[in-house]
Amino acid sequence: MPLGLDFSDGPGFTQLLRSLQLEPTWPVTDAKLGSLDAPEATTVLAARYRDGVVMIGDRQATEGYSVAHRRMQKVFPTDHFSVVAISGTAGLALDMVKLFQTELEHYEKLEGSRLSLEGKATHLARMVRQQLPMAFQGLVVVPLFAGYDELEEVGRLFTFDVIGGRYEEEDFGATGSGSREARSYLRNRYSPDLEEPEALSLAMEALVAAAEQDVATAGPDPRRGIFPTVVTVGASGYDELEESRIEPIAIGALEAVR
Amino acid sequence: MSMPFYVPPEQLIKDRAEYARKGIARGRSIAAVEFDNGALLLAENPSRTLHKLSEIYDRIAFAGVGRYNEFESLRVAGIRHADIKGYMYGRPDVDVKGLANAFAQTLGNIFTHEVKPYEVEILVVGISETGSDMFKILYDGTLSDEHGVGAIGGQAEELVAYLSSHSEVGQPYDRALEIAKDAFRSLNSDRGIEGWEGAVLDRTRGRRTFRRLSEAELAD
Repeated sequence: MPLGLDFSDGPGFTQLLRSLQLEPTWPVTDAKLGSLDAPEATTVLAARYRDGVVMIGDRQATEGYSVAHRRMQKVFPTDHFSVVAISGTAGLALDMVKLFQTELEHYEKLEGSRLSLEGKATHLARMVRQQLPMAFQGLVVVPLFAGYDELEEVGRLFTFDVIGGRYEEEDFGATGSGSREARSYLRNRYSPDLEEPEALSLAMEALVAAAEQDVATAGPDPRRGIFPTVVTVGASGYDELEESRIEPIAIGALEAVR
Repeated sequence: MSMPFYVPPEQLIKDRAEYARKGIARGRSIAAVEFDNGALLLAENPSRTLHKLSEIYDRIAFAGVGRYNEFESLRVAGIRHADIKGYMYGRPDVDVKGLANAFAQTLGNIFTHEVKPYEVEILVVGISETGSDMFKILYDGTLSDEHGVGAIGGQAEELVAYLSSHSEVGQPYDRALEIAKDAFRSLNSDRGIEGWEGAVLDRTRGRRTFRRLSEAELAD
């Protein structure tokens, strides 16, 4: 098949999908979705430290009162300098992440430069807003976004609400069913000049604290060998920690939060 | 009433081809060389902002010579094609051969149907776990595959001749860069090189293997 040389739909990947009628849609009519138990992703949180941002997410997805998945990934690098985490309806959220990742990479390749961190956050907010009709049906997606701002040379993080509101946080942010617990744990112990190892421990402890109070959130599970996902972003890009590096932090946090 | 002159189709094709070839011959050439961890692309390019080399997908790079606006629109079309395919199916489903075919179809159609043929040549390079694939597409959609070394532009033949006699299977990156530079220098000994543009597909880099070489890395 020859390639299409008509670029009048604009530079964005979503617009391209729309012009080809390939945009993901969930044709929900008036059907009652309250009765539908789609798997939900729970607690994710992020905190700034001196040289960057850390983002961490538990691995459990729940379906009503039962566990749907124990090893689900909720924290995803979106490009070299940014990372997104998701909470809410897992199916919609995973699709949103995939589209967001493709959108950023598409822009980077076409333009030869990355979107600014601000630009990425704005785009993500727009994606959340487009889900609003679904949110009224009970299918809510709320992401958490963090990254390293290459222009200002600092780590930054953004929280969102279900409407698509975008809020920049100076210190930390959390979303999902255990986010209240996580935030209150962080509020008491956070300080802006944390070094990376301290920030990693603190974030892990906050997640453990959330898991203690929120039944839908799972803390580290050394018995099964399941540990939260931890990603940091700094001046040299993102760093997805291997399990062998996460395990000692997780064990330490389980000791610290009692 | 005036009648249009009859032009035999052979003549028409010949004229179009000659027109396109002239345009391409004016531009500077691009060379590609395989090395142990991937493939290197090197272009002589005085501009630091108008690139001739580009990333298309995880393991696929693009190089174009000739009219900038024409190969640029082919590059954009290639990226759109690859991103759509990878999004709809899976990332491994985007393959260099399919993309090369799509470029060939596109250029072939333009050559026969449009008022003016594109004055471009395209080189699409893809790497796999073990080796590399290079496809050269001419202004009329002619598609050919190259082995280990490849080149496009007015001096393509001479570049390939130099590269294939100096290149070795499994050579390290440094050597690949050196012989690629030497190939250009050997053809243009009467004048200096006006600036390099370089990029690699490096399979040790993880998912996205494309990397643009910095000025320091390309300095002579």
